[in-house]
Amino acid sequence: MDEPRDICQLADGEEALLGDMNLPEATGDRLREMGLLPGATVKLIRRAPLGCPIEFELGGSRLALRRADAAQIFVQQS
Amino acid sequence: MNSPRTFALVGNPNTGKTTLFNALTGLRQKVANYPGVTVEKKTGTGRNRHGEAFAVIDLPGAYSLEPKSPDEEVTRAVLHGERPDTPRPDAVICLVDAGNLERHLYLTTQVMELDLPVIVVVNKTDTAEERGVTVATKKLAERLGVPVVPMQANERVGMEALQVALSAEPVKANWKPVEGDTAARYKAIGKLIEGAVARDGEERLTPSDRWDGVLVHPVFGWLVLLGILGGLFFTLFSLAGYPMDLIDGTFGWLSSQVEARMADGDLRALITEGIIGGVGGVVIFLPQILILFFFIGLMENTGYLARVSFMMDRLMAGVGLNGKAFVPLLSSYACAIPGIMATRTMESARDRLITTLVAPITSCSARLPVYVMLIALMLPVGTAGQKALVMLGLYVLSIVGVYAFAYVFNRTLDRKEQTLFVLELPAYQRPSWREIGLQMYDRGKIFLRRAGTVILGLSIVLWALTTYPKTDSEDGSEQLAHSAAGRMGKAIEPVIEPLGYDWKMGIGLVASFAAREVFVSTMSIIYTGEEQDEEKTIRTSMAAEKRADGQPAYNVRTCLSLLVFYVFAMQCLSTVAVTRRETNSWKWAILQVVYLTGFAYVAALATYQIGGFFLS
Repeated sequence: MDEPRDICQLADGEEALLGDMNLPEATGDRLREMGLLPGATVKLIRRAPLGCPIEFELGGSRLALRRADAAQIFVQQS
Repeated sequence: MNSPRTFALVGNPNTGKTTLFNALTGLRQKVANYPGVTVEKKTGTGRNRHGEAFAVIDLPGAYSLEPKSPDEEVTRAVLHGERPDTPRPDAVICLVDAGNLERHLYLTTQVMELDLPVIVVVNKTDTAEERGVTVATKKLAERLGVPVVPMQANERVGMEALQVALSAEPVKANWKPVEGDTAARYKAIGKLIEGAVARDGEERLTPSDRWDGVLVHPVFGWLVLLGILGGLFFTLFSLAGYPMDLIDGTFGWLSSQVEARMADGDLRALITEGIIGGVGGVVIFLPQILILFFFIGLMENTGYLARVSFMMDRLMAGVGLNGKAFVPLLSSYACAIPGIMATRTMESARDRLITTLVAPITSCSARLPVYVMLIALMLPVGTAGQKALVMLGLYVLSIVGVYAFAYVFNRTLDRKEQTLFVLELPAYQRPSWREIGLQMYDRGKIFLRRAGTVILGLSIVLWALTTYPKTDSEDGSEQLAHSAAGRMGKAIEPVIEPLGYDWKMGIGLVASFAAREVFVSTMSIIYTGEEQDEEKTIRTSMAAEKRADGQPAYNVRTCLSLLVFYVFAMQCLSTVAVTRRETNSWKWAILQVVYLTGFAYVAALATYQIGGFFLS
């Protein structure tokens, strides 16, 4: 089986459905409250000029996450 | 009479809460702190359509009522009526963003479960429509049984409808508490808004996307940022000169008026030198503070500030800071006090602390007169270019210092909490001059209040130290040598001698622990015997000052050593007071004084001693 892809690995402008995340409880809770729930659609908008953080679109909002955090958030396998 | 009805204003960060608050209350607002925490408490009053007054309390931005920051904890506690300093509100205005209703209703539905009446305001409806999102607020109002008001608060669209809602008897929402976790709440919200939100699903490039194409572009983004910072510093250090001269002149005029009307004596000296001179020396920075908050307000108001944090985060992350620390540190280049106050926008207490601890290393504008004077003494025949180069070197040294100490603190402070960096990038919007003006007014007021209290007190103390005990001598410099400050200068001479300073410079150092710029005025008293406004005269006498061995007192080595000392030393009692207040402990305020001044001593010592190998 393939390694699951994380949301950093999306191409610019690519959309995907969110799967699981592997983050500590408190951090994960905040992101879930902000709508990063399994099944939600996330789209990578752009990387910052220095590569990190990365801007995503989620439910009509734009959020930037650091690469280290985003790399623990996975997309559903198609 | 009944006391006025109190509305709490609740919403996610970046929803336009401040804009709405300003629209409802205008200038009838008060900014204070919640006792015991460093969270800003904003309250104000407005009038409804019946002419009845109501109170508004603008609660800190929150994503959820399960708090993850001190700000969110305050919001939760106030809504539960658990803060003794703040009565429980009578009703809540829940502000949500039309562009992302699901996420914003997360908090709103939690509020509706608190058994408080609510009014829902769906803000930024115009911005959402640009993105092809329309919200049927009538449908939502029917389902919830409470007013749901569409608005575009920054354009003041929808104010009328909100006023109607505020004038009616508030009602509780028809909402069944959600049982279960986050996902269950999102599911319930999904059901609530089903058929009430339409997305045309069209791919489009909004104006905001076009702006982003330039403003966070890998090349142009940096050029724009550099241009803006260049403009900021140009305004801060050149254009601000005109109003500053005006303030200087006004205080000078005030002094001369007092001198002309009062008999010579201690009381007159206290008023002219201690009070007018001391307070004037601080109020002179008001134009710079206002300019700084104009730029910050403009950047924040348009949405550009979030992009600056986005671009800068990588550069700050290496030393344990984050992109949101950029603005507080930038502000500190004008003055560390507003800079440290601006750390409140950072969620993580640890990041806030590190930023606060290193903020005084930035070269604030109070150091500028000291730098200018010392550089002129150091390079008496230098060209303007050489002098500018030394000045630039001092700024570079301060940037290196900020990074180095942030790195040290990041390594040594315990990491209690998990830090998550989530940065919202709101759509750009046209700036609201009214809102920027209000913010400048607020900050200016806070600054002047400090000048009238803390600084006034310190100025009087400093004046007394340089005046008493008195001698019979008419000569000002002899009097100063005899005074308490003069004795302190002599007492610390053995300690500062290895740095290349004599006791007269010692007096300057002692005096500048209250505020750095005092160095210049103290020097003028020491070397000219009386206070002189002509800087050139002071410089000439300082340049002529000789050591016991006939060498000039202000040689290159000594000047460099003094400059390095001023880059690092913590010589600003106002900053100590602000650090104490913002961190809620003397521990960090004292640590800051000790580490900065200790390091300044070592660095100045090294400069002077190593300089001995190269310079005479």
